[in-house]
Amino acid sequence: MDFQVVVMAGGYSKNLVPLVSQEMPKPLLPVANRPVLSYVLELLEASNLKDLIVVVEGEDVALRVGGWISGAYVDRLHVEVAAVPEEVGTAGALRAVAHHLTAKDILVVSGDLVSDVPPGAVAATHRRLDAAVTALLCITPVSGPSESVSSVGKDKGRKLPRANIVGLDHTRQYLLHVAAGAEVGKDIKIQKSILRANDQMEIRADLMDAHMYAFQRTILQEVLDQKEMFHSIKHDVFPYLVRTQLRSEISDKGAPKNGLNGVDYTLNGSEPASEILTNRTHKCCAYIANKSKYCSRLNSVQAFCDINRDVVGEAGHLSGYSFSAQNNIVHPSAELGSKTTVGPQCMLDEGSKLGDKCSVKRSVIGRHCRIGSNVKIFNSVVMNHVTIEDGCFIQGSVICNNAQLQERVVLKDCQVGAGYVLTVGSEYKSEPLSKK
Amino acid sequence: MDSRRLPRTVIDPKVRLVGFFTSGDPPPARFNPNTADATAATAAAISSSSQNSDINLTGNSLSPVMIPPLRRMSPRRCDEMQMPIGSYNPSESLLGTSPSRRGINGPDFSEVATSAWLGISGSMKAAASFPGSSGEMMMVGKNGGNALVKNMDTTELAAKTVPGVTEKDGGTLTDMKNEGAGTVRHQKQMTTRAERRAIQEAQRASKAAAMMDEKDGGTRTDIKNEGAGTVRHQKQTTTKAERRAIQEAQRASKAVTMMDGKGGKSIASTGGGAPSISNQEKVLKQSQKKDGPQETGATSEKKVSRNPDKDRKKDIPQPRMQFDDKNRVEKAKRRAVVNQFEARNRVELFRHLPQYEHGPQLPYLESKFFHLDNIHPSVYKVGLKYLSGTITGGNARCQEMLLAFREAIIDYSTPPEKVLVRDLTSKIGSYVSFLIECRPLSVSMGNAIRFLKNRVAKLHHNVSESEAKSRLISDVDRFINEKIIVADQIIVQHAVTKIRDGDVLLIYGYSTVVEMILLHAHEQGKQFRVMVVDSRPKLEGKILLRKLVMKGLSCTYTHINAISYVMHEVKCVFLGASAILSNGTVFSRVGTACIAMVAHAFRVPVLICCEAYKFHERVQLDSICSNELGNPDVISNVPGKEDVNHLANWADHKNLQLLNLFYDATPSDYVSMIVTEHGMVPPTSVPVIVREYGKDQFIF
Repeated sequence: MDFQVVVMAGGYSKNLVPLVSQEMPKPLLPVANRPVLSYVLELLEASNLKDLIVVVEGEDVALRVGGWISGAYVDRLHVEVAAVPEEVGTAGALRAVAHHLTAKDILVVSGDLVSDVPPGAVAATHRRLDAAVTALLCITPVSGPSESVSSVGKDKGRKLPRANIVGLDHTRQYLLHVAAGAEVGKDIKIQKSILRANDQMEIRADLMDAHMYAFQRTILQEVLDQKEMFHSIKHDVFPYLVRTQLRSEISDKGAPKNGLNGVDYTLNGSEPASEILTNRTHKCCAYIANKSKYCSRLNSVQAFCDINRDVVGEAGHLSGYSFSAQNNIVHPSAELGSKTTVGPQCMLDEGSKLGDKCSVKRSVIGRHCRIGSNVKIFNSVVMNHVTIEDGCFIQGSVICNNAQLQERVVLKDCQVGAGYVLTVGSEYKSEPLSKK
Repeated sequence: MDSRRLPRTVIDPKVRLVGFFTSGDPPPARFNPNTADATAATAAAISSSSQNSDINLTGNSLSPVMIPPLRRMSPRRCDEMQMPIGSYNPSESLLGTSPSRRGINGPDFSEVATSAWLGISGSMKAAASFPGSSGEMMMVGKNGGNALVKNMDTTELAAKTVPGVTEKDGGTLTDMKNEGAGTVRHQKQMTTRAERRAIQEAQRASKAAAMMDEKDGGTRTDIKNEGAGTVRHQKQTTTKAERRAIQEAQRASKAVTMMDGKGGKSIASTGGGAPSISNQEKVLKQSQKKDGPQETGATSEKKVSRNPDKDRKKDIPQPRMQFDDKNRVEKAKRRAVVNQFEARNRVELFRHLPQYEHGPQLPYLESKFFHLDNIHPSVYKVGLKYLSGTITGGNARCQEMLLAFREAIIDYSTPPEKVLVRDLTSKIGSYVSFLIECRPLSVSMGNAIRFLKNRVAKLHHNVSESEAKSRLISDVDRFINEKIIVADQIIVQHAVTKIRDGDVLLIYGYSTVVEMILLHAHEQGKQFRVMVVDSRPKLEGKILLRKLVMKGLSCTYTHINAISYVMHEVKCVFLGASAILSNGTVFSRVGTACIAMVAHAFRVPVLICCEAYKFHERVQLDSICSNELGNPDVISNVPGKEDVNHLANWADHKNLQLLNLFYDATPSDYVSMIVTEHGMVPPTSVPVIVREYGKDQFIF
């Protein structure tokens, strides 16, 4: 279909600081005990997209990611892992792989996307509307994670993500305005020319940019070449294209001209009324995913917890595991002590051992963890090879690989970095804990 | 413009509620029994369901929505009719063609003229009878081969002489005759095709005849015809049992004819019919299950007479998929790329047309984007646009499709061990079937595809791939240029001459060529006013209105409900068309027929502006058998008016069916003139254009 896919896998993300480490870069962070990147790759694979370019920040990360991909997808996908220097941004990363891009359109997908929105839908919308860029927009869940979580009190300190402002035309196909949440002050400025050209604009704050873009290659490359300052696709390239849709300096030579022998076809019989008036140089479109689709990005610690919970919970079909009758996933090799309960929407992976009288609710526990007796784990993510001794109480926390929790540790909303050791009886609340 | 035709009374509107075509309505007194019967007899044998319909109209004005009701004829006429029909001997079947010859040579011409002039349908009848009779001859030809050849020669002669007359006379009649003769000539060129068509026509006639009385002579001849048809097609039949049954039928009929010779025509006919009935009893049961309510009233005899063509549907490649045929629908579904869900609560009369739930189609196809590897991206894109309704209008759709095919041809490379001609043809075929799934093809697209496939097939084997591709690309370019762009320009030039200062022009919907005409006339400085008539749910007129107003034309905008009021001051009506069929029927956006009829009633000339590549040799009598169904939701919802959405959950009501038709058929009576790139012609001249220019168009 003349599409090429670039997956922006990222590297060490600053937002996820206690979670990511040398051994555990962002693309490999486990979501339901599978690297987050695998969700994107499998989504693409399900859409019959098998030739991928995965762009990773940093050489060593690239090695790790490449190793993992070649192991996991050896005969399923044809993946090219490209390493780019850190801090070049997504735009820089695209520049770095520009020489690989030959197809008519490019699909740029963020590697931290966990979604079941078919990429084909975005691509098809892109093609159908002859767009220069098409973005996948998802409806932001209004109350965040489910209510039972907030009743635990986990969401109290959480800042509401600042809303993205998106302006759409009345057909909800064309993007007229975008402003990232962080840039929005008290007022938003909308270009008069765009507003005038469209008669009306629908401003929405409930849409989230899922970082899946379909670009026309020629336009994308021209922007990247012309604007060397552009750092990020989301913050620079995409808003630029939307802003300049009426008066871009980008010549539209990428679009195939229909004229033959100087005869210019007028196919305007079919165009909707708004289009007759707007003399767009290029079109910026949006594909708004259906509400029933799951779509989320792992770009913060909070998102990491939410996604983990959702993937074993309400968006269970994404995890690829089959749920038991109790609506949880317990690996057959996991050992449970007496009177230990594993509630619904939980996951317990292979080789993990739980002592007696433990209680696990809405949590994900990785491989080969050793958990003592009388341990309560609620709403938490425990990665691989973690040791938790007797009497610990863990709520809303993330415990990374090889961490050790000694007896009677109480954690609430904490992130424990890899290999960190918590001493006997310590109590923490809302703190990132990691080796300095 | 009006002087072109004989003055005719305006037809009682009761008779033609739904786009029924051919009026005719000849008063019975003028019905000359001799000539009319001679023509009618041959016509009844084969095609000319038009004739049936107008006889219905004269006889009884039943509900016009239904298929033509019972036909009543006096027994005397039945007897008369038998004479030319029963004798399937070539010397007598010459009779069918003889009037035309006589007409050309001698003073009898005027007489034929009058016979053909019995209302418009009279001329139609005469015209229809000619191909009919020749088709009959083709079938008879099995028995007497050389006689057939002789026959063909005579008709050929007629064909050669008639065009000259056309030039001199310029009348409709000669045009029509010309058509008849021309079809014969055409048939001579490709006999196999002619055969096929003759049989198809026979089938069509028999379908119409199925509604007639059993005693009627027409039915009997039909059955006979069936016999002939099945005989011819026995090679193609598939199952053993069927084949045997048909063989038996053939044997029986042969035996009977041999026994009785000339005298036992009627027995022969029944003999031919009876076995075919016997072998179709299974089908009968099926058909009873399937057939819609319009048939439940029919007697069993009618069913029997209808059955043969049901059976032969299997033999003859069906022109169109009938969506009330469950087996076929199932089969098609398995093949389909687009997963479509049949709409609920469909209108019974339109069950044979595809109608799908409009909600899930687009998302489904979009999510499949990367799975459809065998479809070229540009074709896919066009398909999406059809499905989403971004591209509408015959010209735009055709043009986009051709451009997509052009792209596909550019990117095409012959796979190893395959021949370009065959592989590319099948590729185009798969593209076309994909496009059909997105939206049924229009006539214009069908013609364009036919053209392209023809060009591919005509490529010589030793032409190199790049050469072949460049030839095809230039062919596509030329088609677009000549048939659409330049054609539009010429149409504009022709039509503008009909606009004078102070005129009030009425237009309906949105036709690109009409828009061009108006803008061109405006640029020439003509002072005129435009009535833009529009209709729900598409409200295409608004777009046109906007464009016209922006250009400074003075316009009036109204909806079709007000048509009878605004028609008072209208000087001329300009309409576009989706297709024009060879009986002059204009197939266009639903509502066009209404406009044309009102205009006719007010004696306002109706000009149809249509490129000649949208002409089709098919004949269609109503807008039922071939149409397109749109999303029924759009007619139940009134955007912006929440208080009138009474039909919000209409799908839950079992006894409510919504009908959103796309097209209707305007009978040629209501059309004063058709403006094409070949000039301004009366609707009766459409077959001439189809024949004379259609040939060039597809063969070059």
